[in-house]
Amino acid sequence: MKTQIRIAIKMFVLFTLLLGLAYPLLITGIAQIAFPKKANGSLIIQGNKVIGSELIGQKFDSIIYFSSRPSAPDYGALPSGGSNLGPTSQKLKQLVDERAAQFAEFNQLHASETIPSEMVFASASGLDPHISPRAAMVQVERISKFRNLNEIQKVQLTELVNTMSESPQFGLFGKERVNVLLLNLKLDRIY
Amino acid sequence: MENLEVLQVILFFAFLIGLTPLLGNYMSKVFSGEKHLLLPVFGWSEKLIYKVASVNPDEETNWKTYTFSLLIFNALGLVMVFSLQLIQSVLPLNPAQLSNVSWHSALNTAISFMTNTNWQGYSGETTLSYFVQMIGLTVQNFVSAATGIAVLLVLIKGISRRSSATLGNFWVDLTRSTLYVLLPLSIVFSIVLVGQGVVQNLNIYETAQTLQGAEQVIPMGPAASQIAIKQLGTNGGGFFNANSAHPFENPTPFSNFLEMLAILLVPAALTYTYGKMVGSVRQGWTIFSVMLILLLVGLGISLYAEYATNPVFGQLSSMEGKETRFGITNSVLWSTSTTAASNGSVNAMHDSLSPLSGMVAMINIVLGEVIFGGVGAGLYGMIIFVILTVFIAGLMVGRSPEYLGKRVEAFEVQMAILAVLAPSMVILLFTALASVTNAGVSSLNNAGPHGFSEIFYAYSSAAGNNGSAFAGLNANTTFYNLTLGLGMLIGRFGVIIPVLAIAGNMAGKKITPASAGTFHTDNWLFAGLLIATILIVGGLTFFPALSFGPIIEHLLMNKGITF
Repeated sequence: MKTQIRIAIKMFVLFTLLLGLAYPLLITGIAQIAFPKKANGSLIIQGNKVIGSELIGQKFDSIIYFSSRPSAPDYGALPSGGSNLGPTSQKLKQLVDERAAQFAEFNQLHASETIPSEMVFASASGLDPHISPRAAMVQVERISKFRNLNEIQKVQLTELVNTMSESPQFGLFGKERVNVLLLNLKLDRIY
Repeated sequence: MENLEVLQVILFFAFLIGLTPLLGNYMSKVFSGEKHLLLPVFGWSEKLIYKVASVNPDEETNWKTYTFSLLIFNALGLVMVFSLQLIQSVLPLNPAQLSNVSWHSALNTAISFMTNTNWQGYSGETTLSYFVQMIGLTVQNFVSAATGIAVLLVLIKGISRRSSATLGNFWVDLTRSTLYVLLPLSIVFSIVLVGQGVVQNLNIYETAQTLQGAEQVIPMGPAASQIAIKQLGTNGGGFFNANSAHPFENPTPFSNFLEMLAILLVPAALTYTYGKMVGSVRQGWTIFSVMLILLLVGLGISLYAEYATNPVFGQLSSMEGKETRFGITNSVLWSTSTTAASNGSVNAMHDSLSPLSGMVAMINIVLGEVIFGGVGAGLYGMIIFVILTVFIAGLMVGRSPEYLGKRVEAFEVQMAILAVLAPSMVILLFTALASVTNAGVSSLNNAGPHGFSEIFYAYSSAAGNNGSAFAGLNANTTFYNLTLGLGMLIGRFGVIIPVLAIAGNMAGKKITPASAGTFHTDNWLFAGLLIATILIVGGLTFFPALSFGPIIEHLLMNKGITF
């Protein structure tokens, strides 16, 4: 038994060094050489300021930007998370009704138009960077109006949403989606 | 569901089925000590480890010594993870200057990662330093999975050896499964993940000036190396609070596909390894088929429920707690896989799933985590049900039960029942306790039957060593940290020890050659009996609890009632 305890301690130290130190450091080394931008958070840098990460959603509720999804931590990334409200939650029901009414009014939608469901439900991470292309499309009218775009520019903006829409990855995986932060960055640059 | 999503699901299972014999065959070579692919690459390090730790790899022990070594090694892990958290503020690699963790949360987390549960009462990015994540948690991610494999290997030897007193060497099983299976897979996988955008650095948290002029703190860390083994080792403990829903843990649909596949890969392949090592590949495939059938039925119900309209919200399909890049199908495929395998990572918040999808997740867990299940753990749990099935079938036809030539006698059946009852007791008793005490109820995030589901899910997850949660429940309280911690310990070792005892007892038996009267365990008849046993023994125990939670919630939801 004593032998086993002695072996256990030695094995534990060895495995801790191998798996807790050597392995993560090896991966960090490889990652920093092979994919430096991605390994460091896919940051977007303008001038010498970090304005965000391509992967992390930001809060957009301004009238001149494409809105992002509702978020339980309101896009504060510490900590991330969802609302964890269940399918029979009165609170969730109220929130969804409010958001739907607000989104419809904000974007002057007709009563007949259904609202894209991701715009009234909060994401899992609270940091979802994407919305569906349709959710972006229904906001084009409002943005054109408040950025004083003419008809030609409005058509161009529609095209921009189309070009910024990512197809399923490798034509196969996941959903079609638009990165709201990247779209709004483009929007600022052009108009 | 769109056509493309149907295709993704089909592709997922095609890969799973295709990779099972490949990896399974490789692992059987590794574990039987035959020549294999990675021996020339890592063989020297295996020898070095034995030399430094003074292990004699040829020396075999009986099941009691084996159990002792396993427990001591696990206990060291517990002490390590526990103490690191209590003093993390003075340790290096803590750029976010996180303070020491409370003792009860530290204890809960230590138990959680040692038992391969990876339940998380804390939020990674605001609680644990890089040092604790690496030195404490990443190590346990590996060795808890390797421990599961070791227990399975002992059981295999117990079944396949003839009149033997010894069952292998824990240190050898531990080393081989880590060095030749888990570590190489994790190295490759973590690099692929970084290529998709998973972070891997030791930087300080970044403060961004957002487009609308707000400040956003972006957490960093050595995430990819931990996420790879978190998925492959059926651990499931996220680097960040939102787990695999977090864009830094699971940035793209492709990373999502790979992470989902990684959940089931090793447990699935082990069924083939099992077949190889007990001398009948058909046995392995029979067990694989049973697991796959149970998984597919659950997936079907869950998809149906999640796409059905919730009258509370009218025509809107519920995207609450789901990410746009994954959509509904990939969220449900994940929730089903992660609860079937006792992984417990999530890419959507289970608390916000529809009642029946949430119920499928619960059933997957309370059946004993045998639908692929944890690495090693799922299969030895399944063998427990196989033994019970053989026993029940034997009673029905009036023959003395045998499994693979070994007689199943009173001791085996007693131990098997103990292994089934231990986690079930934890789930039902602790759920009852929490439901009637203020300490239990005051942590709820949802009211009505959904609140009960939050409690029931938590103890199921702990006892099944799953680790996923109806995360609205605030489990970071003394009451929950301690009761869930105890639940995890019983759920882990209350199964491991009976399994090792069965193995020890069976190893000493003779092998009766197959005859005309032998009851076959590698055909569809047996698969059907096995499924029935799992559903009756594992499932009926929990039917009353499920009626209080998801079933009644489903009925009320369809009447548009909210709480």
